Amino acid sequence: MTALLVADAESEIARRVRAVLRDHAQLAIDPAALRVQSDLYEAGMTSRASVNVMLGLEAEFAIEFPDSMLRRDVFESIEAIVGAVEKLGHSP
Amino acid sequence: MSPRTSIEEIEKIGVEIARVHAREVDERARFPSETIGALRELRALSATSSANELARACTVLAQHCASSAMIFAMHHIQVWTIAQHAGSSKELADYLRNVAGEQRLIASVTSEVGTSGDLRKSIAAVEKSTIGFELCKKASTLSYARHADDLLITVRKNSSAAANDQVLVLALRGDFALSELGVWDTLGMRGTCSPSATVQATGAPWQILRDPFGEIATYTMTPISHILWASVWLGIATDAVSLARALIRARARQEPGVTPQAARHVSEIVAQLQLMQDQVESVAGEYDALIRARDRERLASLSFALRINNLKLSASRLGVEIVTAALGICGIQGYRNDSPFSLGRHLRDALSASLMINNDRLHETNASLLLVHKGV
Repeated sequence: MTALLVADAESEIARRVRAVLRDHAQLAIDPAALRVQSDLYEAGMTSRASVNVMLGLEAEFAIEFPDSMLRRDVFESIEAIVGAVEKLGHSP
Repeated sequence: MSPRTSIEEIEKIGVEIARVHAREVDERARFPSETIGALRELRALSATSSANELARACTVLAQHCASSAMIFAMHHIQVWTIAQHAGSSKELADYLRNVAGEQRLIASVTSEVGTSGDLRKSIAAVEKSTIGFELCKKASTLSYARHADDLLITVRKNSSAAANDQVLVLALRGDFALSELGVWDTLGMRGTCSPSATVQATGAPWQILRDPFGEIATYTMTPISHILWASVWLGIATDAVSLARALIRARARQEPGVTPQAARHVSEIVAQLQLMQDQVESVAGEYDALIRARDRERLASLSFALRINNLKLSASRLGVEIVTAALGICGIQGYRNDSPFSLGRHLRDALSASLMINNDRLHETNASLLLVHKGV
């Protein structure tokens, strides 16, 4: 219930990021239950899965991550991913 | 390696000790205690700050005994990793001083039964105890296990952590027990003595490195491992080329004025060897420069990960190709086990290269990185 409330209060981008994570991150827990700051790698996202998350995000938001942004820290939390998506011109 | 250790002194140990015992070490699949003892006397087990220097030392040793060189490489991968990730820990700084003072040999316990060789997955977990921690891990290969002073072990952060949520734990002699599960009887690299073994260890909290293993693997363990392994394979290939050249020279002397037919193949393998040398040197040099510049962004970039993986892939392939071609040049003299041009051990040792982090797995990783990576 708390998770749902948190999700209600967050941006459209964050909601779509959670959906991409649910489809591609292969986490040990439901992404809906994650806090935006939670470490996705600690939650079980492997490097392999993170590549699929990147591809999923590129498709979902019609963006391309430049090589300079393909770093571990850019994909380490929902908050970081939302920041990256916004930086690439997808406004909230 | 202490700053005073020169490559000439390592070469001397290679020629005078490693080469003398290499054949028997291989035949009996025994630990090369003479060579490791001599390296200890030279204080060559101490931490060093240059990957390039370590790479050269590995290549020089591997020209004489690849098992000794691989043990030297694996030890230095552990020392390098601790040095890079000691952070502000006074205890780890003291420990590194003890490694230098006592020339302690460190072994790696990264493999595990049930993880299909995936470095980034663990089943065993570290558990808090009254004195610090305890752990129990079933390693699928544990190189020079019985001969190591200390162990560096990957485990999950705690018993409820995900398989890839790992930490690196240092276990000290006296605080761990090994029970070997079988013998080490392999095609090559027989002197590394790497049987399966169960490790039970306890220790104090400072022995759990603070940085997550995911970071340690990306920034440090994978690059230094691939550089030093490739340097060992380069050493094996270098000696194979030397033997082939010596044989062709001897043939040329019997018939001055006539270039032996196989000389053309020598030209080919020398060119391949040069390619391998250049790649090892250039990646080791780049890695040193990135460490000096503390360029964490480039170290964690996909293009550097691809470069490091490609070094491993091409050096492991080229090593075998060069040794096989050298065998073709030497003919029956290379095929015989009792000839001075014998290349059997070189080939068997070189064949281990594609298995150390399976090349198929690395190609799969690279293939998926290339799906998102845009540069070259």
